[in-house]
Amino acid sequence: MADLSVNFAGIRAPNPFWLASAPPTNSGMQVHRAFEHGWGGAVWKTIGAPVLNISNRYGGLSLGGQRLVAINNVELISDRPLEVNLREIAEVKRMWPDRALIVSAMVDADPKAWREIVMQIEDTGADGIELNYGCPQGMSERGMGAAVGQVPEMCQLNTHWVTSVTRLPVIVKLTPNVTHITDPAHAALAGGAHALSLINTINSVMKVDLDTLLVTPSIGGQATHGGYAGPAVKPIALHMLSELMCDPTVRASGVPICGMGGIQTWRDAAEFLLLGASALQVCTAAMHYGYRIIEDFVDGLSNWMDDKGFATLADVTGRSLPQMSSFGGLDLGYQAVARIDPDKCIQCDLCYVACNDTAHQCIDLYSPEGVKVNPGFNVRDGGKQVAQGRATPVVREPDCVGCALCANVCPVDGCIEMVSVPSGRPSVTWDQLTATRPAVTQEWAAMEAYRKEAGIEIH
Amino acid sequence: MERSSPAVPEPEVYRFQEALPPLTAHEATVEAHRCLYCYDAPCMQACPTHIDIPSFIRKISTGNLRGSGRVILEANFLGATCARVCPVQELCEGACVLGKDHTPIQIGRLQRYATDHIFERGVQVFTPSPPTGRSVAVIGSGPAGISVSAELAKLGHRVTLFERRELGGGLSTYGIIGLREPVEVSLREVEAVQNLGVEVRTGVELTDREGLDVLLSQYDAVFLGLGLGAVPALGIPGEEAVLDGLTVIEASKVEPWRLKVGPLALGKRVVVIGAGNTAIDAATVGRRHGAEVEIVYRRTEHEMTAYRHEYEFALHEGVRFTFLTQPVGVEVEDGRVTGLRCVRMSLGVADASGRPRPEPVPGSEFVIPCDTVIAAIGQEKPALAAQLGLALENGYIQVDDGLQTSLPRVYAGGDCIRVRGSASTVMAVQDGKLAAASIHAALMASPVAAD
Repeated sequence: MADLSVNFAGIRAPNPFWLASAPPTNSGMQVHRAFEHGWGGAVWKTIGAPVLNISNRYGGLSLGGQRLVAINNVELISDRPLEVNLREIAEVKRMWPDRALIVSAMVDADPKAWREIVMQIEDTGADGIELNYGCPQGMSERGMGAAVGQVPEMCQLNTHWVTSVTRLPVIVKLTPNVTHITDPAHAALAGGAHALSLINTINSVMKVDLDTLLVTPSIGGQATHGGYAGPAVKPIALHMLSELMCDPTVRASGVPICGMGGIQTWRDAAEFLLLGASALQVCTAAMHYGYRIIEDFVDGLSNWMDDKGFATLADVTGRSLPQMSSFGGLDLGYQAVARIDPDKCIQCDLCYVACNDTAHQCIDLYSPEGVKVNPGFNVRDGGKQVAQGRATPVVREPDCVGCALCANVCPVDGCIEMVSVPSGRPSVTWDQLTATRPAVTQEWAAMEAYRKEAGIEIH
Repeated sequence: MERSSPAVPEPEVYRFQEALPPLTAHEATVEAHRCLYCYDAPCMQACPTHIDIPSFIRKISTGNLRGSGRVILEANFLGATCARVCPVQELCEGACVLGKDHTPIQIGRLQRYATDHIFERGVQVFTPSPPTGRSVAVIGSGPAGISVSAELAKLGHRVTLFERRELGGGLSTYGIIGLREPVEVSLREVEAVQNLGVEVRTGVELTDREGLDVLLSQYDAVFLGLGLGAVPALGIPGEEAVLDGLTVIEASKVEPWRLKVGPLALGKRVVVIGAGNTAIDAATVGRRHGAEVEIVYRRTEHEMTAYRHEYEFALHEGVRFTFLTQPVGVEVEDGRVTGLRCVRMSLGVADASGRPRPEPVPGSEFVIPCDTVIAAIGQEKPALAAQLGLALENGYIQVDDGLQTSLPRVYAGGDCIRVRGSASTVMAVQDGKLAAASIHAALMASPVAAD
């Protein structure tokens, strides 16, 4: 069985699944129970400046009958007294020495305030500190949270105030509400961060109720933006993770990254690992289903690693990163075409309409007799037997640009595959091409000339 | 003399609620989201009225229930009835692409969900066009009659719908068991045509050619939705004590107490003769009244005409089937049925219908003890058709592609023309649509008659 243990910037845990700093880690009783279920670690809900929370706090996004595809929240950091949190952190850590217990903190941008909270956290025996530079609402208006994370200079300064006074590993949690995630990451590294974590929640307004016209969540008839999280944000998180993991400065620093943002199952978790995360944090999935989901996280990841022959997390972390490139580094000579497996096809014709309406018009319908036909039917026909004589979609491969829309709309797993075919075109990247023939970026005539030379037809 | 009220029990709520409960809002949403929204969808092609099924299901998924109901009712004015009575396994759901290795979408139940939304709120989906000055008489308020009336009224024609019975709706009202369609559903459809301006006259029967000629003198066109004829005789001794399946079903819907007392009272042991869908329905009525029910059929399970899902439903209801058994006489003592005398059959060579001919096994006579015998062996061809002097085809009214009969200005549809294919509500609805289109074309091509 695969070894799931982690050593993340010196923080050890039996598995990489940690509860993120959020309502699931609000109290000692909760974190204790989470550890009983098997969570490898927990980042305590952010402590620091005094706050008051409001009611209600969450807006949910449902899609296709599926609840909580995303959630947004207008909840602040912990509203429990600081000394209660500190006492409970110490108690939990004493009871669970093998688990990672990290304390998230957020105070005013003041070195004294940081020094004070850091000392208090050290006294609890916690394994590390996470600096919350991410909360997009409530705290940012007071100059904390995202207000720090969005200004690299502030990020560096605050981080430095912490790293210069603590012996604990310091993780800087980044906000995704920035133009370039690398800027605050560089600042955090310059401030002495030992690790990074991302993403915090994304600015969002969840929805408007069409019956009441109230914006959700409605707080006494008023609303505000909140932090967006859950399965729907995963691709954004994966992008930011991979961007940092490919960034030369981040790579050179060697700091590990704790990935989070929409991890719903062990499968999502494995994707974060493959793109470079060394540890993971989970929140929305636990808020949806409870702590018990940890069992399949551990079991599923372990089984998958066994199947793939990965012995440790180090074998997995970053394994898919070498594929990440810029657009300019992609091979213009590569050609894929869609191929529809007629045995798997159920003739829903979603590929046909998608291709013909919104792609490149290269799917035709063929009757069972092999005759090309148009959609439509005889109004005098009826009965279930019409399904037998139904036409089947077939790709006209020479006209297929390989956009993969059909493969994405097809409801049957493995029915439409994107198959690599010889293109007859030179294998060259955009960067290489434009380095040798810069005119193609400036003049259409030059581009046409190159296309003719390379045998590129546009459909 | 003081008159005492007859010993009739109060109408009770029998176990006659619809067998399938309505979908809840959540169930409907989840089921609607399961639909792939196929392009040029096979379910739509399989539906004889070609309801745009993917569109109406998508509208359920988006919460546009009024729009969903409209999509259904535009293609099929009896969408609420069809949602309940259609053999969906043989039509839309049978063609669903998800049926190949999964469960088809519950199209019928979703259709019911959307049409219930319309009818329970009294939403007026259609507005009649401005009057054309043309008028049409429709005979029979069954599915074909309602359908043609609705389509013609929408087009602005003045329609009078004649029904010989007390209630409108025909087969939907009187002939479909309550487990599948409660009376209210079909009556709401009658009300819906009235809301379109159709005048419904019940208790009026067309009986002869003279009556038809009178109608032709008063209306620009006549549509005949006559249905089928009487239940054929069994031709066995004691037949007068046998109940007719359609009568039993009718009573179960409109006067259920009659199945408790009086000449239609069902005993504790019921035998049903026949193995078509009506036989199954009558047997189900018996079961729901607490009787032991046995169906006797002279051929086997493989030759029975009931749909497979109907057969399975009956088995689930606890109906017993005795195959290869032919009734030869009803045992009656003191005016009361005591048993059905039968003979065992064996299958011989195929007959004209392609099915093996059942032949009696000599000396195999036996009696099934019972209190009630119900016959459901089909209906005769529409006898009225011949009396009206219309050309017939194999006993059914002969019509052309536009559903016009041999008489000018007279059209027909529904079971009375069903010389080919299966007689079903949805086919009758489609006949109504086709007839309305050709009546409309003919009427608009001729000048308005001067009054």
